[in-house]
Amino acid sequence: MLRLDKLTKQYKTGDLALKDIVLEIPDGQVMALIGPSGAGKSTLIRCVNRLVEPTSGKISLNDLELTTLSQGQLRKARRRMGMIFQEYALVERLTVMENVLSGRLGYVGFWRSYFRKFPQSDIDEAFRLLERVGLDHMANKRADELSGGQRQRVGICRALIQNPELLLVDEPTASLDPKTSRQIMRLIRELCHERKLSAIINIHDVLLAQMFSERIVGLQLGEIVYDGPPDGMSPDVLTQIYGEEDWEATIEKVDDEDEAENVDVSASADAESS
Amino acid sequence: MPDVTPDTKKVWQRRDRNHQIMIWLGQFIAVAIFMYCWHLVSEKTTWFFVLDAPRIATDMLERMMPPKWTYMETLWRPIWDTVAIATLGTLMAVVMAFPIAFLAARNTTPSTAFVRPIALFIIVASRSINSLLWALMLVTVLGPGVLAGVLAIGFRSIGFVAKLLYEAIEEINETQVEAVTATGASGPQILNYGIVPQILPAFAGISVFRWDINIRESAVLGLVGAGGIGLQLSASIDTVTWTQVSVILIVILATVIVSEWVSAKVRHSII
Repeated sequence: MLRLDKLTKQYKTGDLALKDIVLEIPDGQVMALIGPSGAGKSTLIRCVNRLVEPTSGKISLNDLELTTLSQGQLRKARRRMGMIFQEYALVERLTVMENVLSGRLGYVGFWRSYFRKFPQSDIDEAFRLLERVGLDHMANKRADELSGGQRQRVGICRALIQNPELLLVDEPTASLDPKTSRQIMRLIRELCHERKLSAIINIHDVLLAQMFSERIVGLQLGEIVYDGPPDGMSPDVLTQIYGEEDWEATIEKVDDEDEAENVDVSASADAESS
Repeated sequence: MPDVTPDTKKVWQRRDRNHQIMIWLGQFIAVAIFMYCWHLVSEKTTWFFVLDAPRIATDMLERMMPPKWTYMETLWRPIWDTVAIATLGTLMAVVMAFPIAFLAARNTTPSTAFVRPIALFIIVASRSINSLLWALMLVTVLGPGVLAGVLAIGFRSIGFVAKLLYEAIEEINETQVEAVTATGASGPQILNYGIVPQILPAFAGISVFRWDINIRESAVLGLVGAGGIGLQLSASIDTVTWTQVSVILIVILATVIVSEWVSAKVRHSII
């Protein structure tokens, strides 16, 4: 279970990205986090694995308090949290296999990883995962030779080979076409169910969020404005989360300063169309 | 800058009047300085010699002909030395520049307040001294020979390679680094998986480019006694054996063409 208690993040620019967020995600739950650009979605999941340092509040994964960990302990804790990125964030010039195996870096020593001498069990697992997502024949291709959907599958493998308890997923479909988006979301949901993983999925596409998650949390300007089942989404709720036209100016402002750390794609268009 | 005239017709000009006058003034001063310098140079030139130049030049060319090809026999060794100086010097520079670049890059340096300025100073110091000057000093310290040449080339190249490399490091894609960090990788592992693959093409390109430059530079190092083909060149000029000078110039030209071809091939295959 992941528990956020009064999590607050204020950037050096003074922007309050998250305000006293209280959130509990039980084991095995797939939760979608929606909200306009600059609402703090990316900040929230980056606070969990401390790619962004929270300003105050507590985050605990099962019984481990994450916010007070030392650098060494933090590395160990990060192994338990797999992360999937918007633009895949594969290391372009490494092969598919190296990218997948990089998910094991927290478990192997420097020289073993330097000479790419990973334990056989890791290599077996990597092939198993690649086969599961249908890319085992691509193992020795360089990552930049793959299509968007294929790259995101490799990104999923890299996260899963960590053997995580939690998946942090940041806009997995933002750069994919509609069909591939659905396939990727379906894959993430299936894998979460297979492995009893809980997941936080940041997503702009409200329809996809409704289709593939068990719970939706709506974030607006750093505060939770909706927390409920996917079928509870109504035009009223959406207005509450994304606001009306008048909101744009305010949101834009926050968005610009937030951009340095989180790359988001405009949300409102998706919300209006759904 | 937009400007509103009394009859409220909107007029647009690229610059306002004062700005435009300043620019004209600047251009005028630049031209004036150029004319003044030209005048100084002209005053200090002995025009008699300049007017005589074409005759002297043809005379010199005539004395260079025909190149004394038999001289080649004694040149093979100096050519080898020249290429060796360039190659070893580049190798030394590359090995030392690699860590310095990481210390100098804003996103990888351990401390911006302390370590980065030191690394930047090393880069500037190395770059500000020409390899011929390095060689002059090193020949005084180490005595004449190939070693002084290798070190001179090396010292000069550290700054060049480190500067271009740290700029490449600062331009990497940070999300790839973030992704490797998120797996729980240690600092050295992040470097090895997240950063080095991204800068490897730049690194190889820079090294080969510098090697190419160094071949040219090491050809003249002999003028100050730091080994290589320059030694023969200065000896031949001193003894006024122009037929040998022409052979040496042709050989240098050929070497540079070959090195250029090699570096182009290597760069092409890496990037």
